[in-house]
Amino acid sequence: MLRYIARRILIMIPTLLITSALIFTVMQLPPSDYFETYVAEMAAQGEKADMSRVEFLKKEYGFDKPLIERYFLWVTGFVRGDFGYSFEYEMPVSDVVGERLALTVLVSFCTILMTWIVAFPIGIYSATHQYSWADYGLTFIGLLGIAVPHFLLALIFMYFANVWFGLSIGGLMDPIYFNQPWNWAKVQSVLAHLWIPVLIIGAGGTGSMVRAIRANLLDELQKQYYVTAKAKGLPPGKALVKYPLRMSLNFFVSHIGDVLPSIVSGSELTAVVLSLQTTGPLLLRALQSQDMYLAGSFLLFLSCLTVVGVLISDILLGFLDPRIRLQGGRTK
Amino acid sequence: MAPATPSDVLRIEDLRISFEMHGHLNEVVKGVSLRVPAGRTVALVGESGSGKTVISQAIMGLLPRNGIISQGSIQFSDPLKDGKVLDIAQLPADGSKMRKLRGGRIGMIFQEPMSSLSPVHTIGSQIEEALQLHRPHPRKEARAVTEKMLGLVGFRDPPRSYERYSFELSGGLRQRAMLAMALICHPALLIADEPTTALDVTIQAQVLKLMKELQRDIGMAILLITHDLGVVANMADEVVVVYRGEVMEAGTVEDIFRRPSHPYLKALLKASPDFDMQEGERLVALRNVAPVAPTRAKRVYEGNSAPLLSVRHLRKTYGSKGGGSVLAVDDVGFDIGRGECLGLVGESGSGKTTVGNMIMRARKADSGEVVFHGEKGAVDVLGLDSHALKAFRPHMQMIFQDPVSSLSPRMTVLDIIREPMIIQGRGDANAQKQRAVELMHAVGLDPRFLNRYPHSFSGGQRQRIGIARALALDPDLIICDEPVSALDVSVQAQILNLLKDLQASLGLTYLFVSHNLAVVHYMAERIAVMARGRIVEIGPRQELFRNPAHPYTRSLLKAVPLPDLDRKLDFDVAMSGGTASDPASWPTEFRDTKDGPLRMIDLGNEHSVLAAERCTAHDIRCA
Repeated sequence: MLRYIARRILIMIPTLLITSALIFTVMQLPPSDYFETYVAEMAAQGEKADMSRVEFLKKEYGFDKPLIERYFLWVTGFVRGDFGYSFEYEMPVSDVVGERLALTVLVSFCTILMTWIVAFPIGIYSATHQYSWADYGLTFIGLLGIAVPHFLLALIFMYFANVWFGLSIGGLMDPIYFNQPWNWAKVQSVLAHLWIPVLIIGAGGTGSMVRAIRANLLDELQKQYYVTAKAKGLPPGKALVKYPLRMSLNFFVSHIGDVLPSIVSGSELTAVVLSLQTTGPLLLRALQSQDMYLAGSFLLFLSCLTVVGVLISDILLGFLDPRIRLQGGRTK
Repeated sequence: MAPATPSDVLRIEDLRISFEMHGHLNEVVKGVSLRVPAGRTVALVGESGSGKTVISQAIMGLLPRNGIISQGSIQFSDPLKDGKVLDIAQLPADGSKMRKLRGGRIGMIFQEPMSSLSPVHTIGSQIEEALQLHRPHPRKEARAVTEKMLGLVGFRDPPRSYERYSFELSGGLRQRAMLAMALICHPALLIADEPTTALDVTIQAQVLKLMKELQRDIGMAILLITHDLGVVANMADEVVVVYRGEVMEAGTVEDIFRRPSHPYLKALLKASPDFDMQEGERLVALRNVAPVAPTRAKRVYEGNSAPLLSVRHLRKTYGSKGGGSVLAVDDVGFDIGRGECLGLVGESGSGKTTVGNMIMRARKADSGEVVFHGEKGAVDVLGLDSHALKAFRPHMQMIFQDPVSSLSPRMTVLDIIREPMIIQGRGDANAQKQRAVELMHAVGLDPRFLNRYPHSFSGGQRQRIGIARALALDPDLIICDEPVSALDVSVQAQILNLLKDLQASLGLTYLFVSHNLAVVHYMAERIAVMARGRIVEIGPRQELFRNPAHPYTRSLLKAVPLPDLDRKLDFDVAMSGGTASDPASWPTEFRDTKDGPLRMIDLGNEHSVLAAERCTAHDIRCA
């Protein structure tokens, strides 16, 4: 098991190097860079850009140096915790992301928790009552959740909240708390605003989760060992949880790997529509304005989370399933 | 009928079971009555689809949700409760009364030891669970009882075996673990649903012996569900034959085998191959399908005495966890003559399938030589590059074991049969279709089925489609890898006869891989026996069956249960010394020792056996 984990960790290194090189290349691909965009934008507005400042920044961030060197500057900076400088916000990337990251993690964490709490009972019920009316109904609602885009759902919510209750449900807190230090009132305000985005963003995820649990469990319910468990005299509920449900968890655990990156990213459009102070809109804006360090560092951060997430999944799977623990690495 | 007497553990009367499908009731068990006396074994015999498994599900209260007991009773009288009778048909399937019976008073084991155990729980915990459900013990004691049971069913080191997972065990050991689970509460009745069908003959004999011993020790009755009349003759006290949900014949095993009266039973006996069949004697299938003999010219091999295929020094090693490796095929060599059928017999894991795959170049051989002597001279099969290999492919084709997974469910029969011709660029679409029609006739299927998909066919019909596909390119050699082991006896007879007819009319050559000795005896002129990756004995059929020289061949032959009451298995002899394929159980003459390597020793009549170099034919006959 230790060797298995060590091998997994070693594989992460080349994976991340290749990913970072790819991200860096993509960042360099557009014919212009942030400064040209900035100068052009200023010119379009009839103003003059501060060329000396542009020159200073270009030099400071090594834009006069060869590409390879810039790449290494960026990657080694990343390791030291220096994520680069956001040209648009004119402050270090870590400061720009700062509070937004905490809020994003809060929203996503609640969303994922809700998804699991709602999806598991429904999925299990649907699988054990396959083709019943309840199954059809729940499947239909789940499909609706998958099919309706989040941002549309957000618009509908906002509209009716306004028409029926005269409420503005956008944002993650009352505007008066923006840039205020944290206190109890601010926390209350966040909690009061939280449930709407959680509900909206979670709708699709819950739908697909229900479908996945149902499908995986249905497969396992056909298996002979479930009959064996019932033939022993186990009560149906206990037999279900101990055998088929445990087996169908494998898919769920592999899914945990995908969850980690989606905690900081995902649902950008909904965040824009609901004007949430999360990282999604930030990334979107950074990509539009070619704020390369902000965008690049963000993408690389996501890649790291993905790789770590997969590692966690693999280790959990090893603990959960003795077949992976004891048979892994065998060649055929 | 009279009410259940105390001596009957189970009494089923006029049982009718229907399945609801799309609003229609489909009756699959039509008024079955049978009894199981305490401490005795009753065999329930029938083909698949006869309803025998449904009956067992009804006894266990494990019918699928759409199954309904519409009439009749299943009376279970527990000897421990002075024969108080419970009607299982009236009990709610998941009620506490039924759950107490299930696993507590009635145990069950299944056909597939592979999938019957959960792969993520240790076998010990799964067995102990059954104990704790019905006879709760304190934790430590429960573990001790479980380990004792593991020892009783033949696990060598119970404390360690307790911690093992099902995928770490062989098929035989898994079935032993299932037996331990079913019997740990000492039930009054054991239902065994095809318990040995998936096992090798020698392992089958061991498990059957174990069931008999446990029956003696625990005193339970057994309801043995099987289609193998050989197993029935060796195990049962009474026999019930079912066909399409109705009892055809019932009686003591003596009555059934010595005086079979119902035509169905007689036909069943005639459809299973045994070792007494004469040269040229045919199996009689229950339902005859008459294939139309293909009009192609038969190959003539006169004036060419070289074998069609020569295999020499074939070797294959599989890597395994922790850097260790398994020698799957070790120095295997044989010739197959033109128009001949060579049988390759061995238990699972002996390497026989790997040999077939390497000859087909489906797996890479580590070393060795495969030479095909075709019309255009000798071809070194293992040395062909990918281009030459494609051109060579039509000469050798393969028929697979599993008729379900070997046909793509997304292709019509026409596409399946045409595919080899398309790959090889044989003729235009019209010619290919014509050839497909011709092939359908040849394998005894209606050409109108060409537009259907595989799921609408039975197992036997699917295997015919597989055969038609193998014939599509007009091959010289066909490798048949267990082509009938997934089929019922009567369907098996049809397929075997079809293969024989095709061989005769087309002049085909077969390499017939199987674990079933009776089937190989019926098909092959020469037989090679494999154990632990090596060919231990090879010879003409009659020679090999009359004078088996190798200890492994001998124990194989002894372990086959015959449907004949006068030649019952001698369980003690068949089981001497643990696993028959373990060289440690063989006399020194056949073991690989330091004195010198093993070699094939000629016994005359083309009969050779693998033994120590120093031995003579005389030594071996006396060993």
